Amino acid sequence: MTKVAQISCGTEYSGIQWMLNDIAERVGIELVYPEMELSKVGEACKEIGFEAESPSLNIMMASAVSMLDDPAIKGALLLTCFKCSEGTIVKDTIRRFLHERTDMPVVLYSNVEKPKEIELYSRLEALKTLITRKTLLMREKQEGVTMGVDSGSSTTKVVVMRDNEIIGKGWLPTTDPVRSADDAIEAALKEAGIERVESVGVTGHGRELVGEHLRADLNLEEVSVVSKGAALLSKCHKGDATVIDMGGMNNKLILMRDGIANTFNLGGICAGSSGRFLEIAARRVDADITELGRIAMDSKERYELQSYCMVFGIQALVVALASGVKREDVAAAACRSVAEQVYENQIQEMEMRPPIIFVGGVSLIEGVKREFENILGVEIIVPPYSQYAGAVGMATLVSGV
Amino acid sequence: MKMKVLVYPPNSMILSDLVERGGHEALVLMREIGEHVRDAEIDAPPINITEEDLKRALRYVSVEEPAGLKGRIGLLAPLLEKAEASIILSDAPPTYGCMGCAVADEFFKFLIRKREIPTLEVRYEGGERIEEMVTDVMTFLEQLSKEEKK
Repeated sequence: MTKVAQISCGTEYSGIQWMLNDIAERVGIELVYPEMELSKVGEACKEIGFEAESPSLNIMMASAVSMLDDPAIKGALLLTCFKCSEGTIVKDTIRRFLHERTDMPVVLYSNVEKPKEIELYSRLEALKTLITRKTLLMREKQEGVTMGVDSGSSTTKVVVMRDNEIIGKGWLPTTDPVRSADDAIEAALKEAGIERVESVGVTGHGRELVGEHLRADLNLEEVSVVSKGAALLSKCHKGDATVIDMGGMNNKLILMRDGIANTFNLGGICAGSSGRFLEIAARRVDADITELGRIAMDSKERYELQSYCMVFGIQALVVALASGVKREDVAAAACRSVAEQVYENQIQEMEMRPPIIFVGGVSLIEGVKREFENILGVEIIVPPYSQYAGAVGMATLVSGV
Repeated sequence: MKMKVLVYPPNSMILSDLVERGGHEALVLMREIGEHVRDAEIDAPPINITEEDLKRALRYVSVEEPAGLKGRIGLLAPLLEKAEASIILSDAPPTYGCMGCAVADEFFKFLIRKREIPTLEVRYEGGERIEEMVTDVMTFLEQLSKEEKK
């Protein structure tokens, strides 16, 4: 079992501790609660430089200081209640403190009384991978002939690589995950001009099913794999970097150090910040999703959708078109709506560490990239084959197994 | 006759002991949690907060409030509803009894005051002044007994 420090301010009162314990056990994590003397709480607050009104938050900071003395602890899970402003400040302060003092992975979560199990599971599973697969994740080059399969919720991506070069690709909408994977693999092998590979790695939502079907050599969750793929595609293996991964149904914001994720934030709560929102918007402006970004780039007048919601935002979009707003201005508004929501709900929770690498299917929509650049005030890198980041990461990692 | 006296902080061992010595029944968090933990029907360790507790809190707080605040208020609500008198101790160190959350702390004290039951509010001053605090508490408890006899 991998020891992870749970640093929280009363998850037992939210009624979710049993779920955390259950999920932790399933992914092979032992949640531990760093011990500290109560008399040391004030000292710890001074060391971190913040003192809260709530005693539990001060105890959280003392736990964070105390965990640094326990070499058996390999990661941290920071939890405070959703919508608690004091808790959010303390949680972020602790994250920064831990990142200054250690390179262990840290996961943040804002707990609600009815969390989605998958949200907690995917975070703890990623934390486990980042701790236990660190040597594999240090890999910076693909070797031999390998295949990476990313069975995503919207599309299935496959790459075949030979000696660090992509020689075949397949990209299809995901319907039946196994059939979609088979078809995408066939396309990738055909393009590569080969019939078999030395090893296969699988990631993505459908990885369990597809991995079993393919008898995959490696099966890993998306956070560690996508960040590795982004590092490889952008040749950013050293120092800090930030990865924004936006797919059809969920988003990830990952902070990396030396090509390995050490903190991340997962979206997936609101469809309005997903690629799916852009697909619907594209249909409404009578364009293919692949054209939406280019159309948005022609926008001359700024128009705001007023709502990020998949229903009400699209309704605003329809009203705008009916009232004569130009389709390029509406397309740009849709791109801005998605970028702003990702910024407000995910990016603002963590600092941005340049360079910023944008991957996933949505990274191909130029309008969204431009809106991120406007919001963040920095240039964003969209590497070649950005939509294949997960598959490239997997093909590379499996070559080290 | 015994009165049900709610103490705040609700897990203060010292206050609950004083209430018992004063001849009354202390309403304390430990008893509420004990009932949850001993309930074989509930399996949500460590303190068996249930959806019902969280829903009960909605009588007092908005649905928008953080989950931890709802859980704390939901757990304390039965104590509040049973209370016939209360003792609120302010500014005590966390070791004296604490709910951990400053907002829950302030809000629950507000809810107690709104009940308009006989309430003693004392400040923790520590050191030699602790005896004065204990005297105030015992005098209040004696008065409760006298009022009850009348």
